[in-house]
Amino acid sequence: MTMRVTNLSVSRGGRTLLEGVTFDVAAGQALILRGPNGLGKTTLLRSLAGLQRPEVGQVDLAEDDAVYAGHADGIKSTLTVRENITFWARVFGTSDIAAAISMFALDDLVDRAGGMLSAGQKRRLGLARLMVTGRKFWMLDEPTVSLDHASVAQFATMIRAHLAAGGSAIIATHIDLGLGDDAQVLDLSQFRATTPKLHASEEAFL
Amino acid sequence: MIALLIRDLRLAMRAGGGFGLSLAFFLIVVVLVPFGVGPEMGLLSRIAPGILWVGALLACLLSLDRIFALDFEDGSLDLLATSPLPAEGIVTIKSLAHWLTTGLPLVLMAPVLGVLLGLPERGYYWIIVSLAVGTPALSVIGTFGAALTVGIKRGGLLLSLLVLPLYVPTLIYGAELARRGTQGMDTSTPLFMLAGITCAVTAMLPFASAAVLRINLR
Repeated sequence: MTMRVTNLSVSRGGRTLLEGVTFDVAAGQALILRGPNGLGKTTLLRSLAGLQRPEVGQVDLAEDDAVYAGHADGIKSTLTVRENITFWARVFGTSDIAAAISMFALDDLVDRAGGMLSAGQKRRLGLARLMVTGRKFWMLDEPTVSLDHASVAQFATMIRAHLAAGGSAIIATHIDLGLGDDAQVLDLSQFRATTPKLHASEEAFL
Repeated sequence: MIALLIRDLRLAMRAGGGFGLSLAFFLIVVVLVPFGVGPEMGLLSRIAPGILWVGALLACLLSLDRIFALDFEDGSLDLLATSPLPAEGIVTIKSLAHWLTTGLPLVLMAPVLGVLLGLPERGYYWIIVSLAVGTPALSVIGTFGAALTVGIKRGGLLLSLLVLPLYVPTLIYGAELARRGTQGMDTSTPLFMLAGITCAVTAMLPFASAAVLRINLR
């Protein structure tokens, strides 16, 4: 068992968005989160990644296992592609960037500045970052935004390889990645909070 | 952590990194003061330590909002916060990088600009000592202010207002140290107070900065 989430409630801006979220993700499994815009997919992922504290509920996950990738890729425009990816590799204590670079066909771009990349190329670099982290548990928020068809297929290949190697992933996405039996789909609409409570005191304090 | 330091230094040196901004501001302030005050050397050399300190402090203030704002905008800060680096380590490295790219150049530039203000000979040594001891405190306190205001659009004004009162003790003892040293008086009290402030904020504030950073990233 890689991750177990029990009865989790998450809130944003003092309003509870999701209640009673419960799921397990085993090693080698992917969990696809679905739901309409504004339901709380991003908030849930940020809570799971530890960026914000859940209101109630429990997340059981080995601390050094997870890596998070949000809407923004964290690419420095004045650093080259190689410098960007090498930085993240060093932060996570790894050194092999070649596999990540070639997986997303970034070979021709390694010496180009981050600011000169197109939106899709930036996203590919952001996804390549996941490979150099060496983490087993990936939390991805809309990873295929601005990718072309070939890159989406490449991304699905990367996810399959990651799952086959015993990793797992939680992916919030609206498209079908074609992961087959390795992926469960979880529709978050069933967890939509029925009683939107306001936490005025907490907001006032912050 | 070393990787983060190297990255921040590299970013500061590259185009648009804002490395020269503080130095240019410091230069402008010090060059303009003699025009404003008049060419009387006696007066200028008397106020020179204070002018250098105020100029250095304002130059430091000018560069504070870059500490976290750029990393917040492009999403790096979220990714750093979920990386193996502890938040306390991140803010400490950010302070150190800020000091190396702003504080240290100011220390080195101050004696050169002292010439423009007719700083007495004895003063050069003490302006370097006082700024070298005092500017780390400015960077650490500034990092705390930057962590408080991260995520606020155009938070520079709020940041300045929050940080300015916290800078006052450093300024008082720093300028006093430089003034006493320049006039050949006993310097031990302001020197120990200034060093004490720097040591205390360096030891304690990173924990506060890390705590507010976590809250602001929610």
